[in-house]
Amino acid sequence: MNLGNLFNNYGEAVAMILFGIGFSNLLLQKNLIKKIIGLNIMDTAMYLFLALKGFIGGRKAPIVTDGVQSVEAYINPIPSGLVLTGIVVSVSVTALMLSLTIRLYRRYHTLDLDEISTRLRKEGL
Amino acid sequence: MSKKVSQEKYEKTRSYRMKQWFDGTRDPFLNTVEMKPQKAFSEDKETLERRAEDRKELRERIYDTAGNTEVRVFRKFYRVASVLFCICLVVMLLAAVSGLPAFGNPGNPVNNEVAARYIENGLQETGAVNIVTGMILDYRAFDTLGESHVLFIATCTVLILLRLDKSKKGSHGIGYEAEEDRIYEPKNDVILQTVARILVPPIVIFGIYVILGGHLGPGGGFSGGAVIGAGLILYVNAFGFAKTERFFHEKTYKRLSFCALACYALAKSYSFYTGANHIESMIPLGTPGAILSSGLILILNICVGLVVAGTMYTFYVMFRKGAY
Amino acid sequence: MQLFMYILLGFLLVCAISVSLSKNLLNSILVYMSYSLVMSIIWILLESPDLAITEAAVGAGVTSVLFFVTLKKIHAIMKAEEKEGEKKDE
Repeated sequence: MNLGNLFNNYGEAVAMILFGIGFSNLLLQKNLIKKIIGLNIMDTAMYLFLALKGFIGGRKAPIVTDGVQSVEAYINPIPSGLVLTGIVVSVSVTALMLSLTIRLYRRYHTLDLDEISTRLRKEGL
Repeated sequence: MSKKVSQEKYEKTRSYRMKQWFDGTRDPFLNTVEMKPQKAFSEDKETLERRAEDRKELRERIYDTAGNTEVRVFRKFYRVASVLFCICLVVMLLAAVSGLPAFGNPGNPVNNEVAARYIENGLQETGAVNIVTGMILDYRAFDTLGESHVLFIATCTVLILLRLDKSKKGSHGIGYEAEEDRIYEPKNDVILQTVARILVPPIVIFGIYVILGGHLGPGGGFSGGAVIGAGLILYVNAFGFAKTERFFHEKTYKRLSFCALACYALAKSYSFYTGANHIESMIPLGTPGAILSSGLILILNICVGLVVAGTMYTFYVMFRKGAY
Repeated sequence: MQLFMYILLGFLLVCAISVSLSKNLLNSILVYMSYSLVMSIIWILLESPDLAITEAAVGAGVTSVLFFVTLKKIHAIMKAEEKEGEKKDE
């Protein structure tokens, strides 16, 4: 465990800490909506990590300007493309989970997950 | 029988009664012991009710999680254990991060020959000035097709989950939801409508610009589609559903998304044929920097942008009203 | 530039912690909206303009609006049932 390297990669460290915070939200919160927010925080932390892997110091965004096409002039474009797909998938998953929450609320009139599972067991499902 | 006795005399003896009891033909207690008269078995209503109440109370006591001590202990243990688990997870991930190569170093293993190929030959092979757009819509077009399908499936699922029955009355019909919604809809809110009148045209034009300029600058189908979707949501909020349904209703969205996705899938399927037979693709690439360049990227951008805009608007409408 | 990046990353951490610890649901959704916006600015600093536009439109736009509409649906049903003041925390 190289502490010097950890301070050099401060961006990735913050991304991992955010991942941990989001995950603990998912485990520990009782309200369903806060769990969904925790999942979103986990998602964006992973996108931050991926985008940080593509950055190279001192180079510009990958849009060809003035016909310069050497590798030395642009950052790595591949992680950018991967994250673009990921953001759209994240919004789809959030919309799906929120609609499930609305249906659960209409049925049980509570947002507490423990209550809902207790009532499910009582009804014998 | 050793002694010959007459049958009547034998029937009065004790051994005959023993034999009868042993065989089971005579009950020794009947008509000899005092018993109460037997009634038919019936329960009155009170015992029935009491039994039902007992059952309900027993059930509630079993499933009563608030008062149950075992459940409470388990919940405390669960909280402590999950906090410990999260801390262990973060420590392990930080240990992994500290072993990674330095941030922003050009000699990282990530920057290998794939990125070099995309940067150096990207403009000649795809015709797109924006390397990222050229990559996701030409080199890796199947990923984008899959992602458009993910959006489509998410919309279908939200439609299934939140659709309300048009015929049912009461709290599960569409009439109830529409009434609830009308309470919250702004009735000619002056500030909102003035600002929307000023803002919505530039937003939509900006969205169209971002879509069409996807291969020339930053942006592309997803960003532009999300911007147009947000503009439509603002319009619906300011002017109500009646005005928006004049140009965007359910059939519009269904036809739009189906045609756009089919167009995307068909447009890129030429590569199955040309790749297998080692033919160069004959789509003209045009001059880089002009709008009508880069082959099919412009068409694909427009398809993806339309799907994304319709999807965002559909999510909002389904959440608010339950139907179009 | 380094200092700006440090400040933005610290802001991200503070936003994430405040989302978990706040008691009011509406407040936590607003803080999530600002978290998304700061993320978008960080992506500009990391030289990826596509991601920045997409995250600004999607994260701080559509996702937060969907959260607000969900909150409205939940309160609306509760108001019809109980007809009292709104309870926003649970």
